[in-house]
Amino acid sequence: MQIRPILSALWHHKAGTALIVLQIALTLAIICNALFIIRQRVVRLSRPSGVDEANVLVIQNQWIGEPAKAPLQALMSSDLQTLRRVPGVADVYATNAYPLGNGGWSKGVRYTMDQKNATSPTAIYFADDHTLATLGLTLIAGRNFHADEVGDMGARDTLAPRVIIVTKALADKLFPGGNAVGKQLCVGSAPPSIIIGVVDRMQTWIGSFSEAWVERSTLVPFRLLASGTTYLVRVQPGAMDRVLHAAPQALIAANPLRVIGPKDVMTYRRIRAVAYRSDRGIAILMGVICVVLLATTAAGIVGLTSFWVSQRRKHIGVRRALGATQGDILSYFCTENLLISVGGVTVGAVLTVLLNMLLIDRFEMQRLSLAYVVVGVVAVLLLGQSAVLVPAWRASRVSPVEASRSV
Amino acid sequence: MFGYYLQLALHSFRRSPGLTALMVVIMGVGVAASMTTYAVFRAVSGNPLPDKSLQLFVPQIDNLGPQNGSTRNHLSDALTYTDAMALMQAQAAAHQTAIYPIVGNVVPQDGTHRPFAANGYAAYADFFSMFEARFEYGSGWNESDDQHHAGVIVISSQINRQLFGGANSVGRTLDVDGHDYRVVGVVDNWNPQPRFYDVNNGYSFGDAPDYYVPFTRAVDLQIGSNGNNNCAGSLKPLVPGWTGWLQSECVWVSMWVELPNATAVQRYRQFLSGYASDQQRHGRFHWASNVRLFNLMDWLDHEGVVPPETAVSLLVAAGFLLVCLVNTVGLLLAKIMRRAGEIGVRRALGASRGEIYRQFVAEASVIGLSGGLLGLLLMALGMHGTDLLFEPDIAKLAHLSFGLVGSTVLLAVLATVIAGLYPAWRAAHVQPSWQLKSQ
Repeated sequence: MQIRPILSALWHHKAGTALIVLQIALTLAIICNALFIIRQRVVRLSRPSGVDEANVLVIQNQWIGEPAKAPLQALMSSDLQTLRRVPGVADVYATNAYPLGNGGWSKGVRYTMDQKNATSPTAIYFADDHTLATLGLTLIAGRNFHADEVGDMGARDTLAPRVIIVTKALADKLFPGGNAVGKQLCVGSAPPSIIIGVVDRMQTWIGSFSEAWVERSTLVPFRLLASGTTYLVRVQPGAMDRVLHAAPQALIAANPLRVIGPKDVMTYRRIRAVAYRSDRGIAILMGVICVVLLATTAAGIVGLTSFWVSQRRKHIGVRRALGATQGDILSYFCTENLLISVGGVTVGAVLTVLLNMLLIDRFEMQRLSLAYVVVGVVAVLLLGQSAVLVPAWRASRVSPVEASRSV
Repeated sequence: MFGYYLQLALHSFRRSPGLTALMVVIMGVGVAASMTTYAVFRAVSGNPLPDKSLQLFVPQIDNLGPQNGSTRNHLSDALTYTDAMALMQAQAAAHQTAIYPIVGNVVPQDGTHRPFAANGYAAYADFFSMFEARFEYGSGWNESDDQHHAGVIVISSQINRQLFGGANSVGRTLDVDGHDYRVVGVVDNWNPQPRFYDVNNGYSFGDAPDYYVPFTRAVDLQIGSNGNNNCAGSLKPLVPGWTGWLQSECVWVSMWVELPNATAVQRYRQFLSGYASDQQRHGRFHWASNVRLFNLMDWLDHEGVVPPETAVSLLVAAGFLLVCLVNTVGLLLAKIMRRAGEIGVRRALGASRGEIYRQFVAEASVIGLSGGLLGLLLMALGMHGTDLLFEPDIAKLAHLSFGLVGSTVLLAVLATVIAGLYPAWRAAHVQPSWQLKSQ
């Protein structure tokens, strides 16, 4: 196949060629970046939280008024007993926050009290000896809290735990050599605490603030005596629907001086859906735009090539009369499209990088990996070739007689 | 003449219905996608108080110090109770209010309804006039209520409907968390979006707050903040209990001041800086005065209120519209050049270049108009889809308005006409003699 005649033919259609090149370039730039965004969002929303999500539900309870510490302690103990008695409940504990929730406590952790800057931030989860069993967390080193290690803490007391359990991510960050169990750590402004156990994984809550340290969590052995409490309930397999209604009813029946609103009882499935709603939304939006964009570009190629074919029927007829086969004509148009597409993806690769730089600059996105550009280029080239097939096939069916016909 | 161009356009559509339909669909989809994302973007990046935003300011005071990582661009986005109270007492601005978000349980006294949680704000009397709250009944409380730590409350029209059947409830009593408040006003569906006065706690979008009570009263009742509480500035452990918290270096109070003109702004800056220097002299701050004063829109920008996904979607959708535009130029070019013969005949019969030009621009605008109408239809569908893509509180803000409908059709027509300019110019320069000869 000779390239020169194709190039000279394209030179006669400068405007049309330039338009398709531009369109392919823009399509490539948008698609590469959109695929990258989709990939990032999908990676984000498929992160495991560490919680056995199918069997855990969350109840947020708000006491009316602000009861003092001693009555709160009694109220919370009796609530935990009430929940344990609900048929279908396997285990329960009270806390301040939970993985994938919409907020929580964080502290900086330091090796020693006089260290100036914190080594890492960590999420603080209030826990007791039932926490690991309720959430289904996997202890990979050390031991769980003992019941007699669990203390009470008022809402405005300073957190100063003697023993803590940390996640593997936090342990690896602080003690890269391993063996975190038995080591000392200062949580916030508190004196050193001893790490007694390491759990495999427990995510922080969702938010841009905690995004950079999403698996660095610390469990502290306290009951938080505040007017708002969150109960995490593990249900026996298959009992979710029953417990979902029975548990809040049992709590209200036991003591009506509280508020548990309709949105305060949530399964983990729902929590996950809410937490990652905008990520899923963006991924869907980008996916739809990619598909429509590819369809638009394909339609554009079909339209313009059809036009060129109909303009050149006479020339095609002449070539056919001079001995060109149908295959020659077909491959002429395919090669023509390939040349245009290569031009388009070359410009497009530059545009892709520029768009990515803009997104990095304005929206703190990450650098696009080259693989996306390669995949995008291959996809766009294939799209171009398949879009050109129909008009090219129609061109190859032009009869040599056309050469002798006047239009 | 335009009527004749329309006739010609319709005739040409009948001749190549496929190509025409393709252009209309592509324009429709492109316009719908970009306008839907634009509607969401506009809703989240709008000015909540257009006529007052240049007079409302947020003061920031560095209570962390450079050794704890604070810089000019990165100060705590709230104040300590100590600093907020000092600014309130100084009365250095025309109006000022300290604010913090609270949550309370409203206990209906009818004996049938269960208590329910309600979101509110603790604020000063100036809050309502500064932020132009509209009242259905009554009004805000006054400064003497602030000074007397009065148990008064302003409720939303929603709570008023729920508890008092929508009647004038001024003077009635409301029980929140076991404390009685006297209703002094009912705000009339007042809910500026974004909720500029609480963006630092992340409550930028959402339903209207349920109630407002005097700041002084809330502190008396030891009602904690429902927003962020950042104690990074507290180097020593807090004194336990409420008073310890109030005296701590924890930041949790938002502060807004109204400054009517540039001189007032200048004076307030000096006042703030002087205040911080005083604190340094008294040994509380171990660093030079570092204060800032943001106006409303700059504050929203500084706090990053526009969610990145809305901006990214808008950008991508705009890029998509650009591709649609380029595509339409190409297709129009193909469509028009196919009719070179017809153009030649018209030119030979006396049509001027300008007339040919206008004919094809008219044809493009008809395609644009159809694309715009199709786009509207798709947008109506897209509006239902926005809550799939964005947070429900944000999706709710996007709706079809007259302005949006108008600008969608206008955008479609304008975009297609721009796309048609070059093909029409090419058509106008068709050589009639050449075309007629080859016929």
